[in-house]
Amino acid sequence: MTVYFLCLILFLVGLYGVVSKRNLIKIVIGLAIMEYSVNLFLILIGYIKGGTAPIISGLAKFKKFVDPLPQAMVLTAIVIGLATTALLLAIAVRIYRKYGTFDVKEIKKLKG
Amino acid sequence: MLLVILVLMIGGAIFSLEARDLLSAVVAYGIVGFGLVICFLILQAPDLALVQIVVETITLIIMVAVILNSTRKELGVKWASKTVAYIVGSFVFLILFMYFFEKVTSVLSVFGEHLLRMSEAYIEPGAKDTGSANLVTGVIFDYRGYDTLGEATVLFTAVMGVLTVMRLKGRKEE
Repeated sequence: MTVYFLCLILFLVGLYGVVSKRNLIKIVIGLAIMEYSVNLFLILIGYIKGGTAPIISGLAKFKKFVDPLPQAMVLTAIVIGLATTALLLAIAVRIYRKYGTFDVKEIKKLKG
Repeated sequence: MLLVILVLMIGGAIFSLEARDLLSAVVAYGIVGFGLVICFLILQAPDLALVQIVVETITLIIMVAVILNSTRKELGVKWASKTVAYIVGSFVFLILFMYFFEKVTSVLSVFGEHLLRMSEAYIEPGAKDTGSANLVTGVIFDYRGYDTLGEATVLFTAVMGVLTVMRLKGRKEE
């Protein structure tokens, strides 16, 4: 239970960054932190005490395995997270080149 | 052990968001990512740890490249004029969030006592069906192969997006 709670706190820290920061890079970092905490939460759900990694070998044939399904899903999610972060950073660089600042409010003022 | 790493990750996240220098913010963000690698290792997910190391390294390289090509200065922090409203709003949000968290965790099983409901169908015949000793690989590339195809599509779209956004020359106007 404590582990779930700490994971939630990590999510809330990321949310705080996204909502309250004005720097575009900080906002991207906050989004990435939120994504990591969600990935970690899914893996925490699938964990079984005393279980081994779901790899079948001669020694570990009759042992308990942890749940392989969330691991497979999170593996997909991690790679997609990299793609989204890279796209966000590319857009941030483009905005910087156009406006000369990372400040969200400044960019809003310069519009039009 | 897991708790220590998680607390370290939370500390790194807070420092990363509050740092005055963007480069140190990115380095502190690396703490969160590599802490996650150790968490995955403790939670018996070696495939995820490998992928996370690669992804985290690439992300850090991209972020450092972005910052070296722009500015390192963080903006001055100014408190908004409606501070009281913000604080009250965030407290209401936190209480609601905790309420729903409590509801969700009461439904979930306790940490470490997960019940394998549908993964039995993957674990029991997994090696025979897919021919792969690693069940995670079997699930990704065999049972849920279309998912991986969709992932490849998203990745391709994102790469195309980055190339389009970072294109140096614009189209000539006629």
